[in-house]
Amino acid sequence: MKSKVIPLNLLPIGSAARVKELTADGSTRRRMLDLGLIIDTQVEAMQKSPSGDPTAYQIRGAVIALRSEEASKIFVEEN
Amino acid sequence: MGCTCQSTGVNVLKETFNVSRNSDNEFVIALAGNPNVGKSTVFNSLTGLNQHTGNWPGKTVTNAQGYYKHRDKDFILVDIPGTYSLMSNSVEEEVARDFVCFGKPDATVVVTDATCLERNLNLVLQTLEITDKVVVCVNLMDEAKRKKISIDIDGLSKRLGVPAIGTSARNNKGLNDLMETVYKITNKQANTSPLKVKYDDIIEKAIEYLEPYVKGIVGNTINSRWVTLKLLDGDKTLLSSLNDFLGFKLNENEIIISKLKYARKFLVDNGINPDAFRDNVVSSIVHTAENICNHVVKLENKKYNATDRRIDSILTSKLFGIPIMIVLLGLVFWLTITGANYPSEIIARFLFWIEDRLTDFFMWIGSPAWLHGVLVLGIYRTLAWVVSVMLPPMAIFFPLFTLLEDLGYLPRVAFNLDNFFKKACAHGKQALTMCMGFGCNAAGVIGCRIIDSPRERLIAIITNNFVPCNGRFPTLIAISTIFIGSAVSSAYHSLVSTIAMICVIVLGVAMTLLMSRILSKTILKGLPSSFALELPPYRKPQIGRIIVRSILDRTLFVLTRAISVAAPAGLIIWLMANIQVGNMSLLSHGANFLQPFANLIGLDGYILMAFILGLPANEIVVPIIIMSYTATGNILELSSLEELRNLLVSHGWTYLTAVCVMLFSLMHFPCGTTLLTIRKETQSIKWTLISFLVPTITGIVICFIVTQTVRLISLI
Repeated sequence: MKSKVIPLNLLPIGSAARVKELTADGSTRRRMLDLGLIIDTQVEAMQKSPSGDPTAYQIRGAVIALRSEEASKIFVEEN
Repeated sequence: MGCTCQSTGVNVLKETFNVSRNSDNEFVIALAGNPNVGKSTVFNSLTGLNQHTGNWPGKTVTNAQGYYKHRDKDFILVDIPGTYSLMSNSVEEEVARDFVCFGKPDATVVVTDATCLERNLNLVLQTLEITDKVVVCVNLMDEAKRKKISIDIDGLSKRLGVPAIGTSARNNKGLNDLMETVYKITNKQANTSPLKVKYDDIIEKAIEYLEPYVKGIVGNTINSRWVTLKLLDGDKTLLSSLNDFLGFKLNENEIIISKLKYARKFLVDNGINPDAFRDNVVSSIVHTAENICNHVVKLENKKYNATDRRIDSILTSKLFGIPIMIVLLGLVFWLTITGANYPSEIIARFLFWIEDRLTDFFMWIGSPAWLHGVLVLGIYRTLAWVVSVMLPPMAIFFPLFTLLEDLGYLPRVAFNLDNFFKKACAHGKQALTMCMGFGCNAAGVIGCRIIDSPRERLIAIITNNFVPCNGRFPTLIAISTIFIGSAVSSAYHSLVSTIAMICVIVLGVAMTLLMSRILSKTILKGLPSSFALELPPYRKPQIGRIIVRSILDRTLFVLTRAISVAAPAGLIIWLMANIQVGNMSLLSHGANFLQPFANLIGLDGYILMAFILGLPANEIVVPIIIMSYTATGNILELSSLEELRNLLVSHGWTYLTAVCVMLFSLMHFPCGTTLLTIRKETQSIKWTLISFLVPTITGIVICFIVTQTVRLISLI
């Protein structure tokens, strides 16, 4: 069964997914790559900040907070 | 051509990186690593107090160097900025990369976090591409053990082809091994054969084609495979640093231009266009790191960070996140303000006792009264005042703040508040520099270094002064107690003055956000830059280190700057108060001159004069007001609030004056120490001037509106 591809900011808290595509460019894209966000990387949505944004994600053993603008440029496929 | 670079190597080190060797027996060691891996703990443990901090030449990036001796050799340890990679474009990463590549350290130690090794290996692998004299320090082994993560250090070392040492720096474990290994590497007693990441076949072919030409030109001065890779990548900032290092423009060499063009065409023909190139390179590095970790890291407990997540689910929850944060920060400020009173008094008593002895001495040598006045009552007394009111709060605030930092709580503050700052088009980390500003604006301005986008860093620097620092709190508290608290029946005094204080703080935060937004819509136009904030694991704090580091690095640093501003100011204040022209002091002339303007914004000439003369430190504003009203000629303080109230009321203060003084105290030019710091941090007179004008004009406008409105509807 193949699940659909969604932007990371829409991934529900507690769910895990795999990175399928980065649409960011320039320095944002470089930052994402530095964090190890390459194709097929496992990402889990951990927690939203009190005001709903940013959201903390578990990425390769580290917890990284991303604003929804950034997260919307990362497309993932739910496991 | 190759030779000239080698012969200038020592000078490069000194001129470009500000590192100087004293003898041939000294080795330069670069200390690299991701942020939050305990790199500074390693640095401090190895060098102890033998260190000094400065800036990288021409950059506002901290450059800390320390010394240690191991066996018969001396080592200079250079703490390079914490970075995730050597490929992005922040100033920190450029500095780190340039030092590892072109500073030619005798060895590079890459500190990694045992609890998050995979991500950290990214930097290790990138470093191995540049130099083979690398030692990998796997730090936080104690944390890893606690989380039941086991790491096969020998296996890691074998796979990487360079020594790896497990340490837990805060318990001083493994550091001797680390020093011994560094010793062997620098003294050529150990061989390394670093792992080179293998890229996509197409990329490898392009490197294979181009590298011989590059090697033909650069010789052995620098790793030619790595330079080839960067030429293919077209990394502009790197190429410009490389050209500086080589002393000629490699990328303008005709052979290189034509061969590079051919290699790039080959890449594109095989489906790797310039955009995909970097992705492809990074993917290979990440996969290599992943592969190594699969072999050397064993997780006995898959839920190893469950505790951290539980704490986060409370500290950053919708319901408790913000209230807990307010309580914690409130507690820090409360401890600072109340805790500082007593030591302040002792220091003041001691310093004023010395003042009396100095006076005795001046009497004894029969010096003229003016000399005693200038030196003792002017310069010395102002200095004593500044030290006694500034030192204790800072010595309490900075360790507490560093404690929150060490616990790992501060990034959560940024996480909680980021949305507000995003709406102000500013950076989430500005929340931290703002909190720091409550302690000391100068320290807050230095703290802005953590913001890596230049636009957002400037916004954070310019608006830092909108939150009241320790120096302004006592003034605000005294005035709100006297005028606002006492406006209601005595039972509610303290309640009402506390509410007034909270209003001031909320107003300060609101103004910070508002001005940040205005700045980013006007002179600092731009979109919020990308925001990726790491929430590191919570860690057990190291109390001893916190106290030593916060006192040495922050408290004494700020105090030294404050003293350098207070001394000349003391002289000016005394001269203004004591030189008579006609039958009035210069101070009174100044006040009379300012009076019409001051009146428009709800103050009087003396108050405005006190703010101006109080430039060196906000703490002396009220003492100067008292000095002016009592016409004593020396700054002094009254023993009770009641006495102060009577003095102020007899000089025409109303609650409007009190409100305007509080507003102006919150929003006026930064103190001398902060201005000096802004000048150093921005390296620009223009931005220093803007940081001066923005809060001043805001304060004047707001006081004017409040005053005129109140007068118009004739409440007074």
